[in-house]
Amino acid sequence: MTKQFLLDGQPVPFEDGQTILEAARKAGHYIPSLCWHQDFPPHGSCKLCIVKAAGRHVSACATPAKEGWEVESNTPEMNGERRGLLQMLFVEGNHFCPSCEKSGNCELQALGYEYEMLTPRFRHFFPERPVDASHPDMLLDFNRCIFCELCVRASRDVDGKSVFALTGRGIHKHLAVNAESGRLADTDFSKDDLAARICPVGVILPKGRGFAVPIGERTFDTETIRSKTLKEEES
Amino acid sequence: MSPAPVPARKLRVATTSLAGCFGCHMSFLDIDEHLFELVELIEFDRSPLTDIKDVGPCDIGLIEGGVCNAENVHVLREFRRHCKTLIALGACAVNGGLPAQRNHLPLSECLREVYQFRPGLENGQIPNDPELPLPLDKVRPIHEVVRIDYFLPGCPPSGPAIWKFLTDLIAGRTPRLAGGLLHYD
Repeated sequence: MTKQFLLDGQPVPFEDGQTILEAARKAGHYIPSLCWHQDFPPHGSCKLCIVKAAGRHVSACATPAKEGWEVESNTPEMNGERRGLLQMLFVEGNHFCPSCEKSGNCELQALGYEYEMLTPRFRHFFPERPVDASHPDMLLDFNRCIFCELCVRASRDVDGKSVFALTGRGIHKHLAVNAESGRLADTDFSKDDLAARICPVGVILPKGRGFAVPIGERTFDTETIRSKTLKEEES
Repeated sequence: MSPAPVPARKLRVATTSLAGCFGCHMSFLDIDEHLFELVELIEFDRSPLTDIKDVGPCDIGLIEGGVCNAENVHVLREFRRHCKTLIALGACAVNGGLPAQRNHLPLSECLREVYQFRPGLENGQIPNDPELPLPLDKVRPIHEVVRIDYFLPGCPPSGPAIWKFLTDLIAGRTPRLAGGLLHYD
């Protein structure tokens, strides 16, 4: 008999070594995430996949499933905590959706909609994060960085270039470009790299495109991040 | 959408635009023919629509725009004092929006750029009339200055979103933006 755990009361089968998130998504249950990607080891930094497993808060992306566990995910308590995490992400950076080319296709924004975040609630940091427009094909707008490290991992593990890194600690943490000048133009970064299209928010953007898709026809204008994620899992 | 039941007396509503562009007020007018239903349910106190200058006791206050100067702080506190329910209407009120994009620049640099160094200016100087409200060093969302009861994001919130929100509120329901009415842009 296959092993299983209970997710919000529903049995979810899993194989040894599978995380709660992987098993849940495979069984057609949605657990949100920003920093998780199926091609990379879990990072566990965004914490949006937070669930209560056997009474403890854990990151579903980094916690192996265990036989007989009772896991709470889609509950008012856990969704409230996810909303709080989203609010902290929004006040920590400068997320001004109306001027962002990623608006409508942004996973952070889509999760704000999914968890009905109406206000950032906390005091805004308004950090100073200058943009890097030095590269001929790509723009870096650090204002929107959520430190998910997906570009870091993609550039290092797939593109083989290690163009990006996170540096500094606490409030001083920031995304850095691996060049003596610190400018993207002085690296071998290319618009064809995986790192150029993996950003879940609007930091790494192609130049010369702008607001190409009209409001109403963008990804999350037509479907929720929940249904999009589950559809991708099926295919 | 079910129409709101007619209350025993008309609810008194005040509106204002602080550091905003009046786009949210324009979007408010986009509820179109619902305006006829709305005037059966509410009456306006201070608002750009009435030109009443001081806010009196109100049931609902709608605030467009963030807080960018001393007068904004004064008006916002007056609204909080007089309105039972205070609502942040639109992106700028909710998170500072476009005016807050100056927050990473020193205020003096902004003023000099506009009033002294702009091309075509002769003998430009920073305005210093005592009647002008003093700008704040940073533009702030309104919840960082007074307590806010409800938030209605969007740049601007659409007419249907505003109508859904107001009808929920007038009917005594907790306002909820579902089914694509919630937008940050």
